[in-house]
Amino acid sequence: MKTNFKYNIIWFIIMVAGFYLMNTLILVGVINTFIENMLVTIGINIILATGLNLIIGFAGQFSLGHAGFMAIGAYATAIITQTATTPVGFYLSVFAGIVVSIIAALIVGIPTLRLRGDYLAIATMGAAEIIRIIINNMKITGGAAGIFNIPQLASWPTVYIMVCVTTIIIVNFIHSRGGRAVTSVREDEIAAEAMGINIFKWKLAAFVLGAATAAVAGSLHASFLQTISPNDFGIMESISILIIVVLGGVGSITGTFVAAIVLGVLDTVLQDFGALRMVIYAVALVLIMIFKPSGILGTWEFSIKRIFNRFKRKERVEQ
Amino acid sequence: MQTVFQQIINGLSLGSIYALLALGYTMVYGIIKLINFAHGDIYMLGAFWGYYVINVWHFNFISALLSAMLVGAASGVIIEYFAYRPLRHSPRITALITAIGVSFFLENGMSYLFSSNTRDFPQIIKQVNYNLGGVLISNIQILILVTACILMVLLQLIIKKTKMGRAMRAVSVDPDAAELVGININWTISFTFALGSALAGAAGVLIGLYYNSIDPLMGMTPGIKAFVAAVLGGIGSVPGASVGGFLIGILETFFQSIGLSAYKDAVVYFVLIVILLIMPAGIFGKNTKEKV
Repeated sequence: MKTNFKYNIIWFIIMVAGFYLMNTLILVGVINTFIENMLVTIGINIILATGLNLIIGFAGQFSLGHAGFMAIGAYATAIITQTATTPVGFYLSVFAGIVVSIIAALIVGIPTLRLRGDYLAIATMGAAEIIRIIINNMKITGGAAGIFNIPQLASWPTVYIMVCVTTIIIVNFIHSRGGRAVTSVREDEIAAEAMGINIFKWKLAAFVLGAATAAVAGSLHASFLQTISPNDFGIMESISILIIVVLGGVGSITGTFVAAIVLGVLDTVLQDFGALRMVIYAVALVLIMIFKPSGILGTWEFSIKRIFNRFKRKERVEQ
Repeated sequence: MQTVFQQIINGLSLGSIYALLALGYTMVYGIIKLINFAHGDIYMLGAFWGYYVINVWHFNFISALLSAMLVGAASGVIIEYFAYRPLRHSPRITALITAIGVSFFLENGMSYLFSSNTRDFPQIIKQVNYNLGGVLISNIQILILVTACILMVLLQLIIKKTKMGRAMRAVSVDPDAAELVGININWTISFTFALGSALAGAAGVLIGLYYNSIDPLMGMTPGIKAFVAAVLGGIGSVPGASVGGFLIGILETFFQSIGLSAYKDAVVYFVLIVILLIMPAGIFGKNTKEKV
């Protein structure tokens, strides 16, 4: 944290500048409601996909159950804000969603994270489906019809701030000691264990952190769209998030941002095509896996630190 | 006692469908270590093909079933050739994501071409219920059970008695050594996909007859349940897949009969997680020790 403090400050300034840029664009009228909706969807997808990228790309654990944790956050917000219709109520519900999804992630993760590769994928998918089926059959969640008329307490600024906060937390986690432990588990579990790393603990840490951010995204989703039903959080949703991660590059947060923005814009442009859009995505997914399995950016990251270091080196050379 | 027998009969007819699907999963997994996510969608293709030929060309049951098996086999081979063959030497996760992509493609492609509505499967065989000492059994249930059993026996004969079957077993044990003794790996893998997908196509027509309704997303849940059945029986084991399929079918009807039908899917997923944790090799699977 301390060594990266300078770069975190720079990122913070960039984020604040971005926020004011967006705000002025909205005030001037360049960004209308239509584009604002698109931006919010992109923001929510960024939160989901960075969380999943932490699990898949950095910890190397293939989880297909992200939508289940998103559902927990969404329902927490939907249920709580119906009685407490204030911004405080909303943040309380986000917190509640995070807590419940952390508990769920522990229950799911402690047994299943012992599994490897494709077995883990199937097991997490099964776990997410169990969460969805339970929600589908509870009274408080409105059953299969879901909940509607959820008060809209999250708008564009909230989503923007949440995107910034979750990204800062995840990126700092990746660059911390824990993040290096997690990456070493991805590279070689046996070697990592031989180095004294508790592989199970760090796998679980990445899994829980990813689940918590998914809950935040779910809360924003529920509050912004105002209608949710269990079918929104099925296997299809998990796969859509997976597509963003894979397209951007497994192991690149920058790639996730790029892919989420590209797919978000494409979604809006291709809105009239409906099912054909999903066909295009499916073909794209297969083609990427065959021809460039590392995604658009691979593991490349945009880093201010590196740019800084390059300038420093140049100065040194000139002196 | 009658209800127990009734549920067993219902469970066996549903289970035979799962068993047919599970055989495809288990054979493909045994030979290239890939969870073929698109397998459930080949079953959907089989059901749609049956719907089409019966409605438009007025096929009878046998010809609809056989043609659906051919269509299933052809689509399985095409999918393997275009999507999985280029990835044979890449990490397993890459292949799994590709399989998910293919499944996504088939589901949405069918929804796009033929709309995602649920439609009624034509009833070419008139349902007759027989009463055996208080247990109701319909001719469709008998037909499903008999067809499934015949197909499973045929499959077992192909695997155990033919040259191609021996090649399949050889490739699943050690692909490199099999290649060294002159087995064409590509053909063998294509043949495996054809066999498994043909069974899925047959299962599609049978489920159409049994449940009367088909839609483009029908393959997803049965596909996953059949995978659970394959894992339960021991993935890679052919008799295991049949037994696993019947067990899952009976489990599901049992939970339906005690009034928990809303949770029947959750129970199957729960069973999957428990099996993976307690005995990952399944009932008939071989335990392999991990080496560093």
